[in-house]
Amino acid sequence: MAFEGLADRLQSTIKKMTGKGKVSEQDVKVMAREVRLALLEADVNFKVVKDFVARIKERAVGSEVMESLTPGQQVIKIVKEELTALMGGEQSKIAVAERPPTVIMMVGLQGAGKTTTTGKLANLLRKKHNRKPLLVAADIYRPAAINQLQTVGKQLDIPVFEKGTEVSPVEIAKEAVEYAKEEHYDYVIIDTAGRLHVDDELMDELNQIKESVAPDEIFLVVDAMTGQDAVNVAENFDKQLNLSGVVLTKLDGDTRGGAALSIKAVTNKPIKFIGVGEKLDELEPFHPERMASRILGMGDVLTLIEKAQDNFDQKKAKELEEKVRSASFDFDDFLEQMEQVKSMGPLDELLGMIPGANKMKGLKNVQVDEKQLVHVEAIVKSMTKAERKDPSLMNSSRKKRIAKGSGRPISEVNRLLKQFNEMKKMMKQFSGMQGGKKGKRKKGFNFPLM
Amino acid sequence: MSFFKNLKDKFTSSNEAEEVSDKYKSGLEKTRQSFSTKLNDLIARYRKVDEDFFEELEEILISADVGVNTVMDLVEELEMEVKRRNIKETNELKEVISEKLVTIYTEGDTSTSALNIKANDLSVILFVGVNGVGKTTTIGKLAYQLKQEGKKVLLVAGDTFRAGAIEQLDVWGERTGCDVIKQSAGSDPAAVIYDGIQAAKSRGADVLLCDTAGRLQNKVNLMNELSKVKRVIEREIPDAPHEVLLVLDATTGQNALSQAKEFSQATNVSGIVLTKLDGTAKGGIVLAIRKELNIPVKLVGLGEQMTDLEVFDPNAFVYGLFSEMM
Repeated sequence: MAFEGLADRLQSTIKKMTGKGKVSEQDVKVMAREVRLALLEADVNFKVVKDFVARIKERAVGSEVMESLTPGQQVIKIVKEELTALMGGEQSKIAVAERPPTVIMMVGLQGAGKTTTTGKLANLLRKKHNRKPLLVAADIYRPAAINQLQTVGKQLDIPVFEKGTEVSPVEIAKEAVEYAKEEHYDYVIIDTAGRLHVDDELMDELNQIKESVAPDEIFLVVDAMTGQDAVNVAENFDKQLNLSGVVLTKLDGDTRGGAALSIKAVTNKPIKFIGVGEKLDELEPFHPERMASRILGMGDVLTLIEKAQDNFDQKKAKELEEKVRSASFDFDDFLEQMEQVKSMGPLDELLGMIPGANKMKGLKNVQVDEKQLVHVEAIVKSMTKAERKDPSLMNSSRKKRIAKGSGRPISEVNRLLKQFNEMKKMMKQFSGMQGGKKGKRKKGFNFPLM
Repeated sequence: MSFFKNLKDKFTSSNEAEEVSDKYKSGLEKTRQSFSTKLNDLIARYRKVDEDFFEELEEILISADVGVNTVMDLVEELEMEVKRRNIKETNELKEVISEKLVTIYTEGDTSTSALNIKANDLSVILFVGVNGVGKTTTIGKLAYQLKQEGKKVLLVAGDTFRAGAIEQLDVWGERTGCDVIKQSAGSDPAAVIYDGIQAAKSRGADVLLCDTAGRLQNKVNLMNELSKVKRVIEREIPDAPHEVLLVLDATTGQNALSQAKEFSQATNVSGIVLTKLDGTAKGGIVLAIRKELNIPVKLVGLGEQMTDLEVFDPNAFVYGLFSEMM
């Protein structure tokens, strides 16, 4: 992680203040500054931050913080609440036209991810809502843009309407909607060319498309890594087109995504979906609370739990939990757990969701490589049943045999054994924490959950 | 002689320089306007140097995406300077502010921003970056520029992942009259680049421009793939790649730092191409990258036309930012 989360920041600030019985107004000021820095580092627009921090300060000076025993936690709680409120409720619904087809227009800067998102959205409409979408290639400017949409269409087996690069985008959009009516498509999703919000000519073209097809939705596609300029972009697009919603892309990166907050604050248009991967099914509904956690650098426990619930066998999970608690976790359990985790999705993504994971010794520098999982599996499967149950049996001749059996170097076998032992140690930390009281939490792994 | 006078003289001394700075000025019009207007405005409003003044200065710099840490350091230095020189009026501070900013760009820098292209031998340039920053477009523009200089340029379609990427590079090949080495979508990028190097050798090309798929810097597998591509180039030509250019979208915020860090680790980035600077984005994060990682900006993308690629000249860049204040 490139930046410290707000939770870490506040904790270190408060550490400096310990010894005091009460939090003074001056302390609140210091904390407010930390909040401000954390938000700025997350790329939230500085104007938005200013208003926001003023509001936080007001609440924090009130009794709920001053008299609290854990002022840091209180401030985080307030910040998170305010942040979530500011980002609005969940709104991943897409308008439905009275008479089909429903027309959706995708707009945005170059390279934001419009074409990919167009494909993902069509996929979602078909898969989750059982609709029949039509993709429209209206980017006649960028080389091979039409080709890109066609390839996406082919991958998804969803038809693409195109007229080459000689017909104007306005004409293409119009004809596409006509065609969709005749062929009884439910949705028409128009992929437009990327353009700068200050390019009057191209912005005017979008307006013409809008007038000619009267879209039910106009989505602004925004790169989650966008900095302070996100406000200018969103404001301009909204002024010209009156957007109906925003799709945030590339959230599978390590960006905090403060742009989300800026855009919501400035345009007051809902963020409807987020793009979380390069695959065409990686589009998710937007959850304001989770985004708030992310901006503050607090991990995304809710998504993690949800994924676990989706994929985990409850009974097995319970058994596992018991084993973790009693520290009788062995290589058989390890193998089983690996299978379950694999079914949850990319590991690095999961790790990122654990709050404080980046701070944890042993987890800090874990580089997750899915290929390594295959190797690990091979090594474990080359152990005898007895060895899996009791790793302490391991000696050098056993290790040699395992290395041979799995086709991996002996150093890798050693590393795995070491990691396994470390993992067991870590589990003790986890289980200690679950049952522990506030004061007993292990240093370096402080759950910033309210 | 004052700093601004220095710069100004530099740019009014020859017509050629004027032309370059004009292009920068028009490309950076928005950046310059908003930044220097704000700064002037700030100085007009706060006659006295005080805490509020510095807070607002902080905000102006942050609004240009300069990077929170860099801004904090800068403001701290300024506060020291104010004490040292006993500055009370804000207009005395104006020059100090700009001076400090320029120092970050130029500090300890003796290298030019010119690309490392050999005169009589094959030069290999590898392009890396996250998705959608403009790698392929930049390659097209650079191919055009090199071709104008009389070089024989070959392009390699190393983005075998994104839909339509190979076709996109193909179009640029046609536009610029450069051959494109490619395989089918989904093939191993390292293998494609290997082919490219062999072709460049046998056809006697001067420059080989290698496209790669956009990837987020936190995807370990994809970053490993990129390291492999670089290793293949190194193995075939010992002193190659002669440049590894990280393409950076000027609209990117703080995350650009993480991009620069991770891509450097995987491929030892030698320079940055800052794209989409013709919008309202300020690209100020370049300052932070320079300060923390010492990676120079080499090229700047200022529009969608084939000719809209400029060699980065820190002086011209700064002139564009501050010309209204001189």
